[in-house]
This record gives sequence, C-alpha cells and structure tokens, in this order.
Amino acid sequence: MKTNFTDAQLADPGIARANEILRACVHCGFCTATCPSYQVLGDELDSPRGRIYLIKDMLESGRPADAETVRHVDRCLGCLACMTTCPSGVHYMHLVDHARAHIERTWDRPWQERILRGALARILPYPGRFRWAMLGAKIARPFRRLVPDARARAMLDMAKAPIAAPSRLDEPQVHKAQGSRRGRVVLMTGCAQKALDADINAATIRLLTRLGIEVAIPKGEGCCGALVHHMGREEEAKRFAAHNICAWMAEIEGLDAIVINTSGCGTTVKDYGHIFRNDPLAEAAAEISAKAKDITEFLATLDLPAPERSGMRVAYHAACSLQHGQKVTAAPQTLLQAAGYEVATPSDPHLCCGSAGTYNLMQPEIAGELGRRKAASLEAVKPEAIAAGNIGCMAQIGERTGVPVVHTVELLDWAWGGPRPAKLGNSG
Amino acid sequence: MELPRPNPMVLERRAEIVARLKEALPADTVIDDPRGLVAYECDALTAYRCPPLAVVLPRSTDEVAAALRICHAMDVPVVPRGAGTSLAGGSLPTADAVVIGVARLTEVLETDYADRIIRLQTGRTNLSVTGAVEADGFFYAPDPSSQLACAISGNIGMNSGGAHCLKYGVTTNNLLGVTMVLMDGTVVEIGGAYMDAGDLDLLSVICGSEGQLGIVTEATLRILPKPEGARPVLMGFDSSRVAGACVSDIIEAGVLPVAIEFMDRPCIRACEAFAHAGYPDVEALLIIEVEGSPAEIDHQLRLIREIAERHAPEVIRESTSAEESAAIWLGRKSAFGAMGQINDYMCLDGTIPVTELPLVLERIGELSAQYGLGVANVFHAGDGNMHPLILFDANKPGDLELCEQMGADILRLCVEVGGCLTGEHGVGVEKRDLMTVQFSREDLEAQLKVKDVFDPKWLLNAAKVFPLAVTEGRRP
Repeated sequence: MKTNFTDAQLADPGIARANEILRACVHCGFCTATCPSYQVLGDELDSPRGRIYLIKDMLESGRPADAETVRHVDRCLGCLACMTTCPSGVHYMHLVDHARAHIERTWDRPWQERILRGALARILPYPGRFRWAMLGAKIARPFRRLVPDARARAMLDMAKAPIAAPSRLDEPQVHKAQGSRRGRVVLMTGCAQKALDADINAATIRLLTRLGIEVAIPKGEGCCGALVHHMGREEEAKRFAAHNICAWMAEIEGLDAIVINTSGCGTTVKDYGHIFRNDPLAEAAAEISAKAKDITEFLATLDLPAPERSGMRVAYHAACSLQHGQKVTAAPQTLLQAAGYEVATPSDPHLCCGSAGTYNLMQPEIAGELGRRKAASLEAVKPEAIAAGNIGCMAQIGERTGVPVVHTVELLDWAWGGPRPAKLGNSG
Repeated sequence: MELPRPNPMVLERRAEIVARLKEALPADTVIDDPRGLVAYECDALTAYRCPPLAVVLPRSTDEVAAALRICHAMDVPVVPRGAGTSLAGGSLPTADAVVIGVARLTEVLETDYADRIIRLQTGRTNLSVTGAVEADGFFYAPDPSSQLACAISGNIGMNSGGAHCLKYGVTTNNLLGVTMVLMDGTVVEIGGAYMDAGDLDLLSVICGSEGQLGIVTEATLRILPKPEGARPVLMGFDSSRVAGACVSDIIEAGVLPVAIEFMDRPCIRACEAFAHAGYPDVEALLIIEVEGSPAEIDHQLRLIREIAERHAPEVIRESTSAEESAAIWLGRKSAFGAMGQINDYMCLDGTIPVTELPLVLERIGELSAQYGLGVANVFHAGDGNMHPLILFDANKPGDLELCEQMGADILRLCVEVGGCLTGEHGVGVEKRDLMTVQFSREDLEAQLKVKDVFDPKWLLNAAKVFPLAVTEGRRP
C-alpha cells in the first residue's frame, strides 16, 4: 500500500517500522474474516484493515490521536488472528503496539478511563496488591448495581474467582530434578496468574522435575510487562521487562529454556528482542526471547513416557497468544493425545474467547459476546473438561460454562503421575 | 482514472442528508466522522481512493430500503459495498456518495438439502456459506480466491468465478433467486428456489450488474453434495508457453478437471513462502485438481499425465494427503496477498480463449520488457481467465500511470485475441475506460438502457462500468 511519510518522519525508527509494515499490506481484506471484533460489530473500522487505515492516517499526518481512532484501536483484542490469516506478512502486532504508545502519549482519556486503566496498571502486575484488590472487590460486589460504569462492574465481577494464597513453590529457589538431570529451565511464575490459581505453577514444577528437568525460579523476576505494554505504557513495560532480563541473564549459563505457562506473557517475552532493539539491553533481550518457550513447546522436545490412563474427552481451547502470537498450534494437542486424552476442537478454533488481557474489563460488552460464543462452541463438542494454556482464557470461559476448565499442563501432569486436578472435582 | 465531479448540491446538503439517515436508522448504523470515513475510501484496489459522504451499515433489508428511499428522495448517489475486496474498484466511493455496506447481513435464513438450496443474507462471506452446510456433506461451488473474506453480495455483483468454476460454473450458474432493493426503496423478489425463470430471465441481468441495478440483500444459492474425493497434482514446466500449451491440450482432449490453475516463478516463490505447500521452484506451475471416486480420480489423472508428459514436464507430483492438498490450495488462494510481501502490484482480470494462452503469455512477457515493469502470472488457466499482476512501486511518482498503461495494453490484447475485458472481478473503475475497446457505441447504449429501467435517476454506482463520457447526460 502507498504511504506518505516524509524523510524526517522516517528517521524515527518507530515510524520506519510502521512504514515497512504498512507497505506490505495490500488491503485485500482477508484479515476481516477472522477478526473477532469485526465478527461481532460488522464495521470495518473494528477490523484489522480498518484499524490499519486509521493508524496509517494518524501516523502520516503526525497528529495527536483522536476519539474515533482511539475507540476503534481500543476495541482491538490484540488476538493477532489477523497475523495468522494475512498472506502478506503484515506485522499487525508491532503496528498496533506503536499506535497504542502514540495514543498513550498524545490522547487525554476521560478521567474515569484514566482511573480504571491506572488502577489496573498498578494492581494486576503485583500479586500481593492483586490479592488485596480482589478481597476489596469481594466486599464491594454486593453493591455492583450501584456502579454506573460497565467496566468498573466487570472489574468487580472478577472477584467471583477465588483468591489463591501465595504458594511456597513460587518463591525464588531451585526445584531439583528427580532422578538423573536431563535439563535445566527457568520458570516464569507470572503475576496475576499466581493470585488467581496456584495449581498451574505447581503442576508445571511437578511435571518438569519428574521428567528430570531442574526448575530454577530466579530472584527478581516479575510481571512480563504485557499488561502495561498493551495499554501503550512503553516505559513501564520496559522497566518490567528489564527486571526479568537481568534476573534471567543471571541464570543463562547452560539454560535450556525459559518456560512460560501463561501464553499471553510468552508472546511478550518472545518480543523482548524487538522491544529493546534500539537499547543497550538489545543483545541480552534477543537472547532471552530466543530462550523463551511455552511449556507445551518445551515439553514437546522431551522424550515422554507412555500414558497411565486414557479416555477423558477434552476440548482444547487454543489461546490466541499461543496460536497466533507464538504460532504454537500442534504441541498442546499432540501432547494431550500422547498423554491419553481424546482431544476435540470447537468449530471456531481461530476465534478469541474475549479475555485478551484486560480487554474483558475494558470492553465488557464485546468480550461478553465473544465469551458466550466460545463457551457454546466448546460445549458443542461435549467435552468432560476444557483445556487452555492461558489463565485469562480459563477465567473467561470458566465463568460461562459448567464444564471444568483446566490448564493443559495440569492434565499432562495428572496423566504422567501427578494428582488429579482439583478443578475436575472428585468424581470419576 | 477520473471520478466525476461531485454534485455540489449534494455536498451542500451533507448535514441534512446525514441527519435524515440518522433519524431513520439506529445510531450505530450511520458513519459520518471524517476519520471513520477514510477507512471506507477504497476497497482492495488501493490505487484509487475517495472518502464518501457517509457510510450506512444496515442490519436488515428494511433498513437498506429506508436508507435508499432517503438517498433517492434527496438525489444522493449510492455506492453499494460488500466486504470491500474488489480488485476493480467496484465499491470505490465518490465524494458525494453514501456507501451502503451489507457486512452486517450475515444470517442463514433457510437450508433445504432435499432441494439443495440455501437462502441467506448477502453480507455473508463466500467460504462461510460452505461452512454452514459442510457438516452435512454439502458445499457452495464458486470459490474466488478471496472466498475467506468476500461477500456473496459482491460475488453476485461481479458474477465471480474461482478455481473450481471450470467444472461448476460461475456465480450466475449457482444463483437461483434474490431479494433486491431498488434505488427508490422498492423491495423486489426475483427468481426462487428453482432452476429457471418462469418469465423474462432478470436474474441473469442482475448477476454481474456491478451494483448498478439494485442492492441485493438476500440470495438463494444452489448447494451441491461434496464429491467423494479430490486430489490436486502439481506439474512444473521450464516455460510458461509450454505450460500454456499443456492446458490447451488437456481441454482439447475432453478431460474435465475441476480446476487448472497456473502460476509462474515469482508467484510460486511468494506463495511457497506463505503456505509451505511444497511447490516446485520452476518457471511455470500447473495445479490440476480432479475429483470423484478413487477409481475416477486415478483414471483422470492417468489421462492428464499422458498429455502432460508429451510436454516434458520437469516435475509431476500428486498430493498424498488432505493436509498437503489444503496447503496447495491455501498457497494458490493467497497468491495476491503473498505477492504483497514482495511488491506493490495491480491485479488484472481478462479472459481469453484457452488456445490463445501460449501466445498471450509470450506477448505479456514482451510488454513487461517494453514497459520495464515486472509481471507475475497467476490465473485460472482452465477457463482462460488471466490474472497478470503488474509489479510497480506505489511510492515512486509516475509508476502507477505506467502500470495503468501497461494494464490497458494487456486487456486490449485479451480483446484482440477474441477474449474480453473481465473474467470475474468486474469492470469497476479499473477497466471502465476500456469498454469502448470491446463494445461499439450502439452496444454500450443498449446496456445503458437496461440501467435506465432499474435506476432512472442514475444514482446507483453510476461512476463505474461505462466510460464517463458515455454516461454524461444520464448521471445527475
């Protein structure tokens, strides 16, 4: 597509990258067909092609963001289905990241929004604060009808989820491999996930150590920065990322992988190399990105034992960050099958469930509709359990179905010698 | 390419027009914010752009009718839009036009497997029509490369084809009936759930009328039981000419594959990079698909191989699995987009007699050398529907004009060898000014008279299809 940037504009590396991305787009419209927000809203401005056009116009003119552009960019889930679909290789993720940072710099959001976004940015990345906030929300929830803002109500609704107590396993330490050591990894223990569900890290650690992998949890690791990154708060995101890069570089000698079991975080960690490309940390960041592996991606590289039981019918929900962001599509399903499960896929495997980081909080109507559709398509394959690789999806789907929702790694741990996941209940 | 001068009387009344539309329709149905309008300034032919006066996105036939009634009463031009995937600028707006888009009309209204029909709203995408019936063993045959995203409304407007139309025919052969809203808001039903018209065959007039006669909001389509099996075979040749000759011989021998697709080296490489389909790196590639029972497939492929071997192919390879077949087709259908990774391009769409393929490919090569612009070829060789992609640099001044001239020469060549200007993309604005190459003034006048009947005020998509000089005096 033709672009209109001046040489002076192109001297900015961010604009130069945006120009490169826009030049690859041929405006064919394929992306509209797999965009969840376009499926719900039916306005091209709420599709990748429309947003690309809005962003192009905003960046070319060099003007501050405006209400219309912000509304439609905000409605993007960042699911990146468009990147899977795009035949021209348009890197929508880097383009929308750039646009979000531009919006954050140049657009004054209404005060209610500023408060909500600021609160999320100050609470969610910190498990301690998040637990307190959840407790507060539990107390406030009976009064939710009095809250005028749908987004604030959505935040209170999060408190329906149980609060997970801090787990000793997540503290900085080294979990020794059982038997002879076959490898060594760092586990990124995450932030919000720990406060919502301690079982996922526990299952990951159990499974890896049982398979002969030493699991290090380094001091100083924390939130990956995705949460604020998607709000366009570039500098904060880089601060989070830099902490992790330093913490993990201390462990890099002889390290096989940085294992991540929240795929939303995985997508961002794998992008550290790009985020720090013009920074003194560039080399280290690239090294960290290259080492980052989703838990299923890492498990797929190991020789795995024969399954101990079989038969449970599991619907696999592909988290967008895993299937579109990281292009990890086969590993989770192949592993579940290798572990003896009967794996079914819904009719709309490419579509987002509406969780998308804080999207379900900021855009509750669209997220709710997507969640309802996803729960229905998963239930249609009549599963005994639903497996997903991202805590956000688990919460979003879990709220809308009676079928138990578990993390893929919990099922794998169970199949290969671990306890039955508590979420499945005691029957069977 | 020139757009008519916007009607100043309409531009002056913009606020009033928008107010009336907003009054008659739900709040989120009318877009008039200048920022938002920019995203509707073009379709997939981005070389030509013009933001409209407003955009309307109705949710029902009644809402389409309400919007049209207002535009008709106020003499406002209307440009219909499906999914905005036209490569001919079919939904390019004019500055004084209201774009009416049917993207929100996506419901399936009725399926009847005994009568093999599906009735649906036309904003539904082509591929999702098959999606709605494939679990029951049926499919909708026309399959334009953009089938993932393009809407049935646009398929009807442009009488779209696709790879498998060699066997199944194009849209007009698979369309049984429509609900159409005329420019004055009248809703008419034409055709129905049966194969032929009882009266004058107006359906054939509407299919391919490029949004100039009315806005089709519902359609009854023919669906077919899926074949027992299908298998593509890849054949690589060391020259486009030889591949073209092979296609002519296959057709001449009376073998009827479902599809014969052609790609040359630049396209092969671009598609392979996206789809990893295992395409051989050759000068010219044919993808030939046959279908039926395993015995039928083997028999047809044997005949095709015998013919191909007379042309000394470098490679012949049959698909060995469903996944491989899917990748082969994903690559082919993504060809236009995949070429975008490499270059800006303008995609042409002309049709020629199949026997002229070798000659035309050679002449295109000569034109490419003459203009100094690269050409990549990807097309439906079986039915002679050519899609040369002229490669140019959209950011380089003068390149687009050069590209347009070369495109015109290629299309003139198509007409010269006995073909026509368009196969399936429609005339739109892209080929509008070449219509006089193919048609005499009398021929054109006869076509204009058809539009006179459906749209006497000439408000619907009136800047398209016919050269502006020819429609001068009819357009407001």
